[in-house]
Amino acid sequence: MSATTAPAGPAFTERATAFLRACFAGPVNSAITLACLAVLYFAVPPFWAWAVTNATWNGNAETCRAAGGACWAFVREKFWFSIFGLYPYEERWRPATMIVILVAMVVASTIRRFWGRWLLLGWAVAAPAMWLLMQGGVFGLSFVQTRQWGGLTITGIIAVYGLALGYPLAILLALGRRSELPLLRWFCTAVIECVRGVPLISLLFMAAIMLPLFMPEGVTIDRLIRVLVAYTLFTAAYMAEVVRGGLQAMPRGQYEAADAIGLGYWKKMRLVILPQALTVTIPAQVNTFIGLFKDTTLVVVIGVFDFFTTLRAALGDPNWLGFPTEAYLFAAGVYFVLCFAMSRYSQNLERTLRPESR
Amino acid sequence: MSSTTARVAMPPARGLIPLPGSTRGLLIQVALLVAVIGLGWWFWSNAQANMAARGLQFGYGFLDRSAGIPIGESPIAYSPADTYRRALTVGLLNTLRVAIVGIALCTVLGILLGLARLSSNPLLRGLVGGYIEVIRNTPLVLQLVFWHAVLLQLPSVRQALNPLPGVFLSQRGVKIPALLAEPALYAFLAAALAGAIGWWLLLRRERARQVATGERRPTVLPGLAMLLGFPALSLAAGFVPTVEWPELAGFNFEGGLSLSPEFFALLIGLVVYTSAFIAEIVRAGIQSVHKGQWEAARALGLPPGRIMRLVILPQALRVIIPPLTSQYLNLTKNSSLAVVIGYPDLVSVANTSINQTGQAIEVISIFMAVYLLISLVTSALMNWYNSRVALLKER
Repeated sequence: MSATTAPAGPAFTERATAFLRACFAGPVNSAITLACLAVLYFAVPPFWAWAVTNATWNGNAETCRAAGGACWAFVREKFWFSIFGLYPYEERWRPATMIVILVAMVVASTIRRFWGRWLLLGWAVAAPAMWLLMQGGVFGLSFVQTRQWGGLTITGIIAVYGLALGYPLAILLALGRRSELPLLRWFCTAVIECVRGVPLISLLFMAAIMLPLFMPEGVTIDRLIRVLVAYTLFTAAYMAEVVRGGLQAMPRGQYEAADAIGLGYWKKMRLVILPQALTVTIPAQVNTFIGLFKDTTLVVVIGVFDFFTTLRAALGDPNWLGFPTEAYLFAAGVYFVLCFAMSRYSQNLERTLRPESR
Repeated sequence: MSSTTARVAMPPARGLIPLPGSTRGLLIQVALLVAVIGLGWWFWSNAQANMAARGLQFGYGFLDRSAGIPIGESPIAYSPADTYRRALTVGLLNTLRVAIVGIALCTVLGILLGLARLSSNPLLRGLVGGYIEVIRNTPLVLQLVFWHAVLLQLPSVRQALNPLPGVFLSQRGVKIPALLAEPALYAFLAAALAGAIGWWLLLRRERARQVATGERRPTVLPGLAMLLGFPALSLAAGFVPTVEWPELAGFNFEGGLSLSPEFFALLIGLVVYTSAFIAEIVRAGIQSVHKGQWEAARALGLPPGRIMRLVILPQALRVIIPPLTSQYLNLTKNSSLAVVIGYPDLVSVANTSINQTGQAIEVISIFMAVYLLISLVTSALMNWYNSRVALLKER
C-alpha cells in the first residue's frame, strides 16, 4: 500500500514495517505467521464467496438456492419480525417508540455528565411509561397481552427491567451481607449463594412452574412477570457480589470518619460509602450486565419469544426453509455489536474513573 | 415498649440500625424471621391447596414409580420402565459426564489461547484476540444451537466422514474406538497409575535432596521412563486391552464408543465458550506478575521454561485460581442449557418428570439441591488447591 492512501504516511509505513518485522522475527515466529496465513487462506475466501460474492440480498427462497450463497434476503424479510415479534401489525409504532425511549435513556445513562438524581428520576418515569405504552389499556391504547410481545423488544424489556428492579435489591443484599446483625447477614448470604449456585434456567423453571403453585387459588401471574421475577432475583444476586466487592474495597477510614461525624447507618451508607463503592465498581457492574444480557436468551426454555427465539421461529416459515446459518449469524452479529459496545464502554470507564492507577 | 427505652438509652445520632445486642437490632432480626417464616408458611399452605385441587400430594414417593421417559443416551443401563429415581440419576450422570470432560478440555484450550494472546507474534495475537472477543460477546444458547445445526448437517451414516482411522463423523454423532472393560484394561491402567505415582515420588525425593544438598539431578527422563515403561511392561506381560473398532453394519455403526450429536454439540459449545473466558483469565494472571520478576529471573540466568515454571506461574496462579473456579462452576451450570438442544441432562429429565407427574416442587428441589452440592464441592476443591498455591507464595 502506498503511503499516500494512509492519513499519517510515515507513521503508517513505520508501523507496517514494525508489524512485519515482529511477524518474521526468528524461525518460530515466521512459522507461526505462515500457519496463521494458511488458516486465513483456507477460511476467508470461501466465507467471503458465500457471504458476499454469491449472496442474495433481494428475492425469495428460490433465487437464494439458485445463487448458492448466503440468503440475506431471508434476514431482510424477517428483520421487523425479529424486532417486534407477534405484536399486532398496526400497533407496531408502540414497541418502536418504546425502543426509541429505551435507547435514548441508555445513551443518556452512558454519559457521565448526566449521572445523578435526574437520571434516576428519568428512569423511574420512563420504566412504567414504557410498560404502559406496550401493554395499553389506558389513554385509548388498545390492550395487548404480554404473550404477543416478542423479538428484540422483549429482550430489551427483560434486560432493562431486570436491572432496574434488581439493582436496588442488589444494594440491599450486599449491605445485608455485610451487616452486623447475624440473622440478617445469614439470610442475605443464603439468598445470594443459593441463587448464584443454581443455573438461571432452573430459576426460570421455578418461576414458571412453582410460583403459580405458591399463589392462592385463582391468582394467576402473567408469564412475562414471572420471567422478570426470576431474572430480577438472578440480577440482584450477581450484582450484590459486585457491590459487596466495592464495599469491601472502601478503606476502614471512610467508615470511621462517617461514624466520627455522627452519621447514622443509612446516612453513612447513602452519603459516604455507597457513592464511592458503586463508582469504583461500575466497570465490573457493566461486565456483569453483559453476562446477564446474554443470559436473556435463556427465556427460550419457558417459551417466551425473545430476539433469538423469534428468529428461530422464523426459520419454520415454510416459504423460507433451510437458512438457519444466516439467521444465527445475524443474531450473533446483533448480540456481538451490543455486548462489544458495552465492554468497550466499560474499559473506557475503567480508564477514566481511576486516573491515578494509570 | 422496649424500643422507646432503647432510643432513650442511646446517643441521638445512632441511625436506624444500631449495633448488635441492642434492642433495635434484635427487633429487626425478629421482624425478618417472622416475615420469612410467614411468607414460607403462606407459600406452603397455598401450594398444598393448589396441589390438592389437582389431586396431588406432596412427597417424594413418585421417585419409585416407573418413569416411562425414553432417554437416548445413558452411561448406566436404563430403560423407560425404570423408576424416576433412576431416570434422574441418568440425567445427573449425563450432566457430570459433559461437565467433567468439558472442564478438562476447556482448561487446556483456555491456557493455549491465553498464551497465544501473549505471543510476541502480532498476527497470532490479533487473530486469537478477535476470536476471543467474538466468542465472549455472543450468547451461549446461540452458540449451542449453531453447533447442533452444524453437526446435523454432517453426511448420513453411510457417507460418514472418516478423518482418522476408527473415527466416524455423521448425522448420528461421533464414533470412536472403545476399550473393552476387562482385566487387561484394568492392569494396563494400574500400570500407568503406578508409573505416575513413581514419577511423583521421585520428584519429591529429588526436591528434598536439592533442598538438603543443592545437588540437581534429572527427573524428567527417569519419570517418563516409569510412566511409559510400566504400561509397556504390562503389555509385554500379556495384558493387552482389546480395542473395539466401530464398523458399518446395515444402517448404523456397531461397536466402538458413540457420542451423540447432542452431547458433542453441547461439549463443543461449552468448551469453546468457557475456554475464551479462561484465556482472558490466564492472560490477565500472567500479565499481573510484575515485569521486574521476569527481569530478575533472567538476571539469575534461568532459562525461559524455568522462569515460567518457577517464578511466573506460582505468582500468576494466585490471581488465576479464584476466577477459574467460577468459570468451572459456570460451565457446570451452563450444561443445563442441554435442554435447548435435547441432550438428556439432569434439568432436561427433571423437566419431563415435572410435566408427567406434576410434582414440581419436589423435582425442582431435587435438582436445585444437586446443583448447589456440585457448586459447593467444586468451590471446596478449588479453595483447597488455592490455599496450597497461596502457601507456596508464603514460603
